[in-house]
Amino acid sequence: MYVAVKGGEKAIANAHRLLADRRRGDRSLPGLTIAQIIAQLGLAVDRVMAEASLYDPSLAALALKQARGDMIEAIFLLRAYRTTLPRFGTSVPLETGRMQVERRVSATYKDLPGGQLLGPTFDYTHRLLDPDLLDETADVEAPARRAGETEAVMRVSDILDGEGLIEPDGEMPDDHVPGDLTREPMEFPMPRDLRLQALARGDEGFLLALGYSTQRGYGRTHPFVGEIRMGLVEVEFEVPELGLTLSLGEIRITECQMVNQFKGSAKAPPQFTRGYGLVFGQSERKAMSMSLVDRALRTSEFGEDVTAPAQDEEFVISHCDNVQATGFVEHLKLPHYVDFQAELDLVRRMRARHKPAEETTEHEEAAE
Amino acid sequence: MLSRTETFSGGFADPVFDAQTAFRMLMDCMARPGEIGEVALSLSPPAPLGIAAGAVMLTLCDHDTPVWLSPKLSQSPVPGWLAFHGGAPVTPERHDARFAFFETKAPLPALGAFALGTQEYPDRSTTLIIEVASLKDGQPLLLRGPGIRDTAGIAPGGLPADFLRQWNENGALFPRGVDVVLTAGRQLVALPRTCKITAAAVAETPASEG
Amino acid sequence: MNTAFADPGHAGPAGGGEEEARRKRDLDLLARASRTELEDLWNGLDDKPAHTRLRGPETGLVMVRGRIGGGGAPFNLGEATVSRASVQLADGAVGHAYRLGTDRRAAELAAIIDALARDDGRRAVIADRLLTPLAERLAAEAAGRAEETAATKVDFFTMVRGED
Repeated sequence: MYVAVKGGEKAIANAHRLLADRRRGDRSLPGLTIAQIIAQLGLAVDRVMAEASLYDPSLAALALKQARGDMIEAIFLLRAYRTTLPRFGTSVPLETGRMQVERRVSATYKDLPGGQLLGPTFDYTHRLLDPDLLDETADVEAPARRAGETEAVMRVSDILDGEGLIEPDGEMPDDHVPGDLTREPMEFPMPRDLRLQALARGDEGFLLALGYSTQRGYGRTHPFVGEIRMGLVEVEFEVPELGLTLSLGEIRITECQMVNQFKGSAKAPPQFTRGYGLVFGQSERKAMSMSLVDRALRTSEFGEDVTAPAQDEEFVISHCDNVQATGFVEHLKLPHYVDFQAELDLVRRMRARHKPAEETTEHEEAAE
Repeated sequence: MLSRTETFSGGFADPVFDAQTAFRMLMDCMARPGEIGEVALSLSPPAPLGIAAGAVMLTLCDHDTPVWLSPKLSQSPVPGWLAFHGGAPVTPERHDARFAFFETKAPLPALGAFALGTQEYPDRSTTLIIEVASLKDGQPLLLRGPGIRDTAGIAPGGLPADFLRQWNENGALFPRGVDVVLTAGRQLVALPRTCKITAAAVAETPASEG
Repeated sequence: MNTAFADPGHAGPAGGGEEEARRKRDLDLLARASRTELEDLWNGLDDKPAHTRLRGPETGLVMVRGRIGGGGAPFNLGEATVSRASVQLADGAVGHAYRLGTDRRAAELAAIIDALARDDGRRAVIADRLLTPLAERLAAEAAGRAEETAATKVDFFTMVRGED
C-alpha cells in the first residue's frame, strides 16, 4: 500500500544540491567536457547508447556526466529524454555487409577474404596497469597505416552458405511487420525480431551471464564466432517529400555472427545454426552475449527441450532491461512505512499464537 | 509544382502550441458532445480538406497512426500534406486505420468495416472525421449520453443518408465501436460512441429508449 | 545578379533522374558537413536570400533497423536522433535537410543550401566552396581509417616443422 506523505522538500532540495557538489568534486580540478567524455570514455558512451536504445554520442556523454558515471542512471536519463521526441519514421535496414570495417575477426576461418583485422582491441594486451597513462599530457603515437588494401570484407556466413551447411539469415513470414517494444506491450511467445530488439537494449552484464551459463552447460549451443565486425554503417531514410532515400550519416555498430553446431532433430537436418548480435557502438562482449542468447532462445524452433534459463524467453526478455529492473528493485527503498506497520502487527500476532500461553502474557506486557 | 507548394505550406504556424490548442478544444468537445468547437488557428489544408478537419489531422495523426482517406481525398494533395506535416502513413485498409477522413458529400462506407476495437482494447478503433455542409442549418438532431445534461442539439446539413441507422448499430457494439467528429469549415462537433442520436421530431414524443 | 552565380564553367542544368541523383548526393554530403563548414559557406555568400520555415527545424527520432543474421528479415535495433528542416526561399525554391544528431541550426542551414542549389548557378558555387572540399575531407578520413585498420591485419605465416 502507498500513502501520500508530505514533507521533506527542503531535505530533497538540499540533497540535490549536495549531489551537484559531489558530481563536480574537487573544484581545483578542471571540469570534464562532453567532448572529453566522447573522445576518452568512448566505450562507456557506446554502452549508454546501446542500452538506452538511442544513438547520440553527445547526449549519452551528457547523461554519463550528469549520472556521475553511473551507467544505468545515464541509460535511464537517455531513455527518459527519447520519450520527449517525435518519431520521424523508420530507417532502411542497415547494410552491415557494406560496413566501413574498423575491426573484423573470425574464429572459424584463418584466411578469409578481407583478412583478420584486429582494429582497436584490448585482446592480446597483458592487462597490466599502464603508469604512462598517469601523465595526462603524455604524447600518444599516431596509429600505423598500411595503404593499398581495398579487398571487400565478405561476410563469413556467406562462405558456409555456399555449401548449404548453414541455415540462411533469419526470415519472418512475408507479411510480418517488425514489432516495436517501444510501442506495443510485450506478449509471449515473442517473435525473433522483437526478441532481438529487446536483447539489443538489454543489460550487458545480464546477457553476458546468460551467455556464459550456456557455455557452462545450462543449454549448450556449441558456439563458434563466425565473425565479429565493428565499424561505420550508413543510416538511410526514405524522405517522402523528396521521393529520395537519403543517407543521414554514419553510426558505429558491432555485429556478431555466432555459428552453432547442431546435430539435427525431428524438425531440422544436421547443419550449423546461427545466433545473431547487433549493438550500437563498439561493444563486442555485448554483441557476442546477444548472439549466444539469441541462439539459446531459438531452442524450441529447433525442436529441442527448454531446460535452461537462457532458453526461457519469458525469463530472459522480461528481466534483461536494466531500467525496468532498477525501477522495481530500487522502489523498495521508498517509504513503505504503513506496509511495514501492518507486517509488524501481523508478526506480533503470529508470535503470540505460536508461543506457549505462560510466556506470552509476560512478553506481551513487556512489548507494550 | 502546384501540388508541391500545397504539400509544404498550410501547416500549423507553431506546430507545438497550435496542436496543443486544437487538442484541448477537441478534448473538451469530446467531453461535451454537441458543443460546437471553433478552430481559430491559421492553417490552410489543401482542398477539399476543411480547416477544422485539417487541424484534427495535424493534431492527432502521426507516424504511429495509419490514416484512411476517402477516394477523393486520396486523389487530392492531402496525402502529401499529411505526410509532410503529420508524418502519418496512409492505409488503404479501413480496419487498419486509427483515423478516417471524408470530404463533404463523400459516400459513407459501412462503419463496421473500420477498426472497432476489441473488448480488451476498445480504444484500438477508428475515429472518423466527416466534413458536412454545416452544423447548424441542417436536420435537427437530439443528442443524449455522458457529457450531456438532458439533451443537446445539433443540426448538421448534408449528413450521409444512412448515418443515423449506422450510428445506432455502432452504439449497440459498446464498449467497441467508432467515434466520429463532424467538421464544417472551421467548426467541429464530437460524437463519441457513447452518444445517442435521434432525429429531433421523433425524440419529442416519449421515446421507448428514454 | 552576383557574377559568381553566373559562372558558366560549371555543370549546366541536369534533367530528370540525373537531377534527383545529384540532389541526393548533395544532401548526403550536407548531412555530414560540420556546423562550421555550413556556417562558413553561408557567411561567405554575397547573396543571402531570406527564407521561410515550412517545417522545423526540429529534432526527432528515426528507428534504426537491422536485419536478422545481417541479411534476413528487418528488426528494430534502436533509435537515433535526427534533426530536419524544410525551408522556402523568396523565389519559391524549396529545400530540405535531414541529419543525424540534434543540431537544428545545421539542419536549417543545410535546407537553405539545398534550396539555393535548386539554381544551377548557385549550386556551382556551393559545389566549389563546400561540397567538393567536403567530399574530399570525408574520403580522406575514410581512407585514413581504412589504412589504420589495414595496419592491424594479421599476416599469418606457418612455422616450418622439423620434418623433412
